[in-house]
Amino acid sequence: MSRLEFYSASGSQAVVETLYRDLEHRIVASPPGLCPVDLAAAFLKLCHAQTCGKCVPCRVGLRQLELLIDDVLNGDATLETLDFIESTAQVIADSADCAIGYEAAEMVLKGIRGFRDDYESHVLTGRCTCNLDQPVPCVAQCPAGVDIPGYVALVGAGRYADAVRLIRKDNPFPGACGRVCEHPCESRCRRNMIEGAVNIRGLKRYAVDHAGVVPPPPCAPATGKTVAIVGGGPSGLSAAYYLSLMGHKVTVFESRRQLGGMLRYGIPSYRLPREELQKDIDAILATGVEVHLDTQVGHDITLGELSRTYDAVYISIGAQTDKKVGIEGESARGVISAVEMLRAIGDGTMPDFTGKHVAVIGGGNVAMDCCRSAVRLGAKSVSVAYRRRQQDMTALAEEVEGAMAEGVELLTMMAPVRIEADGDDNAVALWVQPQRAGAIDRAGRPRPEPAAEPERRIPADIVIVAIGQNIELKEFEDEGVPIHRGTIAALPSGDVDVADKPGIFAGGDCVTGPATAIKAIAAGKVAAANIDEYLGFEHEITVDVQIPMAYLGERPSCGRSELPMEKANERRSNFECIECGFTEEVACQEAGRCLRCDHFGFGVFKGGRAKKW
Amino acid sequence: MVKMATITIDGVSVTVPQNTTILDAAHSVGIQIPSLCYLRKINEIAACRVCLVEIEGIHKLVAACNNHVWDGMVVYTNSPRVRNARRTNVELILSQHNCDCPYCIRSGNCELQRLANDLGLSHLDYHKELATDRWDKTFPLIRDAAKCIKCMRCVQICDKVQTLNVWDVCNTGSRTTVDVSGARTIREADCSLCGQCITHCPVSALRARDDTQRAFAALNNKDKITVVQIAPAVRVAWGESLGLTREEATVGRLVAALRRMGFDYIFDTDFSADLTIMEEGSEFIEHLQHRDEHPWPLFTSCCPGWVRFVKSQYPDMVKNLSTAKSPMQMFGAVTKTYFADLLGVPAEKIFCMAIMPCVAKKHEVDIPVMNDAGAGQDVDLSLTVREIDRMIRAEHIDVKALGEEEFDSPLGIGTGAGVIFGATGGVMEAALRSAHYLVTGKNPKPDAFVDVRGLDGWKEATFHIADTPVRVAVASGLGNTRRLIEALRAGKVQYDFVEIMACPGGCAGGGGQPIHANQELAGVRGEMLYGLDSVNQLRFSHENPSVQALYRDYLGAPLSEKAHHLLHTDHEAWQMPQSPKLKK
Repeated sequence: MSRLEFYSASGSQAVVETLYRDLEHRIVASPPGLCPVDLAAAFLKLCHAQTCGKCVPCRVGLRQLELLIDDVLNGDATLETLDFIESTAQVIADSADCAIGYEAAEMVLKGIRGFRDDYESHVLTGRCTCNLDQPVPCVAQCPAGVDIPGYVALVGAGRYADAVRLIRKDNPFPGACGRVCEHPCESRCRRNMIEGAVNIRGLKRYAVDHAGVVPPPPCAPATGKTVAIVGGGPSGLSAAYYLSLMGHKVTVFESRRQLGGMLRYGIPSYRLPREELQKDIDAILATGVEVHLDTQVGHDITLGELSRTYDAVYISIGAQTDKKVGIEGESARGVISAVEMLRAIGDGTMPDFTGKHVAVIGGGNVAMDCCRSAVRLGAKSVSVAYRRRQQDMTALAEEVEGAMAEGVELLTMMAPVRIEADGDDNAVALWVQPQRAGAIDRAGRPRPEPAAEPERRIPADIVIVAIGQNIELKEFEDEGVPIHRGTIAALPSGDVDVADKPGIFAGGDCVTGPATAIKAIAAGKVAAANIDEYLGFEHEITVDVQIPMAYLGERPSCGRSELPMEKANERRSNFECIECGFTEEVACQEAGRCLRCDHFGFGVFKGGRAKKW
Repeated sequence: MVKMATITIDGVSVTVPQNTTILDAAHSVGIQIPSLCYLRKINEIAACRVCLVEIEGIHKLVAACNNHVWDGMVVYTNSPRVRNARRTNVELILSQHNCDCPYCIRSGNCELQRLANDLGLSHLDYHKELATDRWDKTFPLIRDAAKCIKCMRCVQICDKVQTLNVWDVCNTGSRTTVDVSGARTIREADCSLCGQCITHCPVSALRARDDTQRAFAALNNKDKITVVQIAPAVRVAWGESLGLTREEATVGRLVAALRRMGFDYIFDTDFSADLTIMEEGSEFIEHLQHRDEHPWPLFTSCCPGWVRFVKSQYPDMVKNLSTAKSPMQMFGAVTKTYFADLLGVPAEKIFCMAIMPCVAKKHEVDIPVMNDAGAGQDVDLSLTVREIDRMIRAEHIDVKALGEEEFDSPLGIGTGAGVIFGATGGVMEAALRSAHYLVTGKNPKPDAFVDVRGLDGWKEATFHIADTPVRVAVASGLGNTRRLIEALRAGKVQYDFVEIMACPGGCAGGGGQPIHANQELAGVRGEMLYGLDSVNQLRFSHENPSVQALYRDYLGAPLSEKAHHLLHTDHEAWQMPQSPKLKK
């Protein structure tokens, strides 16, 4: 018998470790709409398997909770059972010796308090309130409901133009989205259960890159109805596209010199080349949309006039004004807002940061766009001050990594305190207060708390504030448009109730607050459908593209392919596109990884494919 | 040019178009691949995993029902892996299925039972887990959760064919099942009671309420005179589940069986179908003559599934329904007045029954205002064809040995016009035959209106009656009906007279008819009805001597005050749950 032995995992433990990994993948691939009570029961069983069995509440109590929740699921419980579950769980939470017990009980408590309706529905009606409305995970996660398995299969079959046509049924910005979509579609891809999500955005880009010019479908016969669109961003142009296809006469009023909204004035060209955006816009305009540039509604023409002249109006003005950080020195020369900077770049007016020290405040994608643009504009140093941890940043991980590769320095856990200016009121430094991680907030991120450390000075001639955008609503509010917490109060249909002005709709960032392009596009699609109905029509948007049959053979293990990037030290000096497309070989392989949830699984039965809307 | 594929199934080579399913390709060479959930064009979801096959070069077993062949495919339908998987999956289904077969009404006509028997299963090694049942057993449509095998055919039939979306999937995991959609109970649902979900259920998870014991009780009650009517479409289907050929299963033999069972008077709904034509036809002519006073078009009202549909989906169009009662209800009202008088007995002494190809009729007899004879319900009980077949079997009557017998008189006389009520288009054709006579005083050729025959879901035609063009349309199946009504409402079509039947193919395909796995028999049965019409000496409702006598001796004339009282109804006088689509 040795005095000490070096631990090594047994054969069975090694297998269990791989099963843990499988389970993690499975949880990632959880579809929305599952029964929360059934899930709570399953989680509890897992928690209970972790008990060592020493203490009563955990050893016996968790088992009793399992049985009681099973009673609920089996329709054998009463409302009293729910109180009994709650009180028992509370005792376990209060009296278990270690976290294995009390945290398991806390999970039960969180559920029975957080979705008591579902528990009660099981008791009272024997069924769940949940509903698997859209069982294909990628389609369910895409706000615009694009037929993703369909176009992935078309890419696999080499039918790129058909893929673009299919995408355009739900999203007229395949080019822009192929480059910059945040791809929520990938988040719950069932391929996560095996090794990782299909690179859906990469395949969309491949389709667009290889489709050539794909003309839009013909428009329906003219209806004689007119629609005004206020704001030519992704939401407004999406609505314009579909309304135009439906046969309505659409006029877009854009306050800036060019169309595209935040796709042009918020996203730098190294991420979204202007010619790609222009291709999408050209296809949209080819449906016969009329455009008035440099025309600001509320200034050059009023909402009232539009409402009187047009049969319907869609407000999609986006979130275009900057948010102030509210610290001392913010008015100093050299302090600029992200909106201001990216807008200028959008119109080709490049600020010169040569030799400057640039500090960016913020942790979102806009902050990344600013710091990476600053690098390209010749800055001597660029740092990003963020008050939380790197993993808490709302920017996409690849954006953060890309910025760092290009030489941006990330200063995490640093809350901005003030901006120091010289005698001429030129910014010279950003002062930050180091933070420490506190309790977890509702979004699951630790709240930053000031650490007991002195403030730090970050030399900076330019301070870029990228902490969010506001919406310029004054003119609309004056016209009676209802406002709620700084956004337009629109119904989920896009409908806005404005006294004496019928037919007003709104959507996109001006309703949701700053969000993603694909959400704005989805809002435009929704508005188009409801405006069409408001005008007394039931036009259907559909596309005549046959989707290839699903492959029946094996889907052997195959890792996810990422889109290659240009070299960091080369790309950082210009605004050329940094991302390269897939090769044909990789695109084919990636398309072949799709598990075709439209054919295998619930999607073949219900909700899988919306052929029209 | 369709691309062809040559494949080998169990060693047999076959060439089929490339978009053929493996299942169809196998069937085309006589290789039967078993299945449970599959319903052609309606439910191809590969859920039961019984139709699995092995394909050379493909590791996973593949569902034959919804995957297509490719050139060079080599398929095995009975390899050891397939056999094992099929058997295991059937056993798993059985572990959640209430197997109390001896007292199950689908015993002997159950697709699961047949498959389990075919596989030679003799025991079950799995734990048995049966769902708890909460259904309201007094409703005409009954669902037994413990028998449901989650094939989803009911969901699909209701969604795709009838567009009522009454059913939906609910719960998760092993507790996944089907229930009324939108967290409603069946009583709260806008179910038409067409019964198509029942006739497409592979097991007896869905069935019509069984009222046979009430019928037997009435037969056994010495104080009651039992009167029974046989609906047109019953006569071409009743023998199917009793082992009779179509030639043997005549209505005369059914009459003999009913007489053997002790029914006192056996009458024909054809009689009251003719009566319906007199009332509805006259109503239509009255509308034509006073065009501005009525909403257009006029809808037929014989089908209670359709009446439930229009009341729940298009309540503003209930006013377009003919006020004429259905033939079944007219029969009840006449039986408990005119016929009671002929017998010289109080109406309360009569127990009036109906044998119908229909589930919705069970609801119709219970409508509170269907009591115009003043003696409780005009029709006391409506039985489906399946129920009367069960009663005949329960009585151990050897139907083959029975001779043919005549209906009783006077309500047993019907014309060919009455008999075609059982097929889609039949009511319209019968109405046009008599409308022509009522307007012109002359009979048209009996086959002048055959353009409205056939199984197309939505038919239209224009006929001229005394130079007046009459635009008619006929729809069967509620999905077709919805399309027709939407087109009417959008102003895309204009009609004067529209016949609607809730079930595809009309009553011949009714939800109360005998059930045959994966067969649609509405066409065959309908053809038989037209055959019966063509050989009937009477082809016109207005020539029915019993109908003529009824008007002469009792009602006066069509649309008379008495006729109105007994033969017409107010469709607004009772409530129907509204479609959830309306509330939006």
